[in-house]
Amino acid sequence: MTKELSKPELLDLYRQMVLIRRFEEKSAELYSEGKIGGFLHLYIGEEAIAVGACKALQPGDHLLTAYRDHGWAIARGLEVRRVMAELLGKATGVSGGKGGSMHLASAEHHYWGGHAIVGGHLPLATGVGLAIRYREEPDAVLCVLGEGTTNIGYFHESVNLAAVWKLPVVFLVENNQYGMGTEVGRASAVSAIFQKGCAYDIANRQLNGQDVLEMHEAMGEALDYARQNGPVLLEALTYRYSGHSMGDPERYRTKAEIEEWRTRDPIFQLCDKLIAQDIATQVELDQIHHAVEADLSGIVQFAEESPEPEDAALCEHVFVNPIPHR
Amino acid sequence: MARITFREAISQALREEMYRDERVFLMGEEIGTWGGTYAVTRGFLDEFGEKRVRDTPIAEGVIAGAAAGAAIAGLRPVAEIMTINFAFLAMDQIVNHAAKLHYMFNGQMRCPLVIRTVGGGGRQLGATHSQTPDVVFAHFPGLKVVAPGTPADAKGLLKTAIRDDDPVFFIEHATLYQARGEVPDDEDFLVPIGVSDVKREGKDVTIVSYSKMLQVALDAAGKLAEEGIDAEVIDLRTLRPLDTRPIIESVRKTNRMVVAEEGWRAYGVGAEIASRVTELAFDYLDAPVRRVAQAEVPLPYNRRLEQMALPQVADIIHAVKDVLYIK
Repeated sequence: MTKELSKPELLDLYRQMVLIRRFEEKSAELYSEGKIGGFLHLYIGEEAIAVGACKALQPGDHLLTAYRDHGWAIARGLEVRRVMAELLGKATGVSGGKGGSMHLASAEHHYWGGHAIVGGHLPLATGVGLAIRYREEPDAVLCVLGEGTTNIGYFHESVNLAAVWKLPVVFLVENNQYGMGTEVGRASAVSAIFQKGCAYDIANRQLNGQDVLEMHEAMGEALDYARQNGPVLLEALTYRYSGHSMGDPERYRTKAEIEEWRTRDPIFQLCDKLIAQDIATQVELDQIHHAVEADLSGIVQFAEESPEPEDAALCEHVFVNPIPHR
Repeated sequence: MARITFREAISQALREEMYRDERVFLMGEEIGTWGGTYAVTRGFLDEFGEKRVRDTPIAEGVIAGAAAGAAIAGLRPVAEIMTINFAFLAMDQIVNHAAKLHYMFNGQMRCPLVIRTVGGGGRQLGATHSQTPDVVFAHFPGLKVVAPGTPADAKGLLKTAIRDDDPVFFIEHATLYQARGEVPDDEDFLVPIGVSDVKREGKDVTIVSYSKMLQVALDAAGKLAEEGIDAEVIDLRTLRPLDTRPIIESVRKTNRMVVAEEGWRAYGVGAEIASRVTELAFDYLDAPVRRVAQAEVPLPYNRRLEQMALPQVADIIHAVKDVLYIK
């Protein structure tokens, strides 16, 4: 499995996961300092999914996610300092400071958001898939959702329509075990989420979301299948070490449970694998950590020193074709 | 110029825009094989094929949302929601997504989407199928809301809506489809969004209305003329962005105003317009603004009760005489 990727590619996957983790830890600090407002949903523990999946995306492919989106934006190749600037509400942010943590996007990268209404982006992703088929393009759509989203009507409506019209959409469920504070088994009649694909007669599979290499390989297969045939439902098993968002009292789980998942940490797992297979040395991996720290300070500095949006930004972009006030 | 029905005007607009722009396509419940529950798209499936005339499942959320997604990706969908009552099932896609994408992502996304839907009461369909909740949709910045009252405006506004780069919620009144009027044949005949129109000039009183109630207001103005009262009738045509200029100009001339709408009075079109007139032309008013609207009840099935609840010509005449202090 590791043979497909070159050493530089593998080290880059490692670097991205470390960068996302450190980005998130830094974000938590900035939030505590009051520099980031609103809600902040951290991706710590789930890094392998975004990094592995995005590695399999082609440049023309499309991405839509929910609001736990920093890791996805970074893995998709958005300028990291502009992602941080968005968290700080700055004019240089990827959404000009008007979206915030939950609404990252980049048209250039075909990353159509960053959506904060649970399930709301599933119909949108289905529509992007429709546009691909309409224009007979070779691309696919990756639509990322949490396991809690599979209980919403939108999930049924969107997966059903994508299946009826054979649209090239991969619905990737990040099953981090909890929808906010409610355990999957208390909210979903089916705990093995991938099995919900059977209801729509579409390809479905469960994955180890802690393994970046498995994610990469499976996502490549799923995207190719979707391009040729139609929608796929993937479930990646994972865990978030942090609360749902900042300020989560976490009464719904134990410290022991978190520690147990930490033994399967995606970054440590790749580290162990690279060293065990003589692909990299500990020194090389340490160098990556140092480089990430240096990058991160530049990222934070850029975001902090960036200007606030101008007052005029308040009323910009309500309409593309505004009508003069009469 | 040809004399055609409101239904034919809508069909013409769709057909012309589909021929003009390959990116324009239709999706919705029963629009293809069935031909549309109001027969607006009859024959379209044969003419344009399944790719561009797409029957959908009965699933309003994904109809609106997938259309919005296709719009983000560069197409120009015209999604049909069978009735405005069902649009509540798509409300999240319309107001939380389509209306906000351009702003929230700082102009990176465009959502050139038209949602056509059918509203209004008067056909004994009971409380859930007879609503006129137009103002609910007009509350949200980022969504243009259009509701024509004549065949010509229906055609010209729908063509403009399809060519517009913003999401447009397009409301057709169920009892207007048979209405006839002169409609230009010109394939580039467009009526601008966000421009109110004086449909009848007069000097004694201003009646503001739109959609089906425009016809009721014009009927009322005709009867008032027989009594020597010269009413000016203004057609809003667009609820958002709302064009108040012709209203203010008219009130400065007539000094009296009645707003007639089919929806409920509370928080309605009349409330909004009365408020704007108070802000912009208070000194010109010689009487309080009167609102004519639907009784504050869910519409009943029984024909007599339903008609009691809906605003009628007589209600407008009564309100006009009120603001003119005529007993």
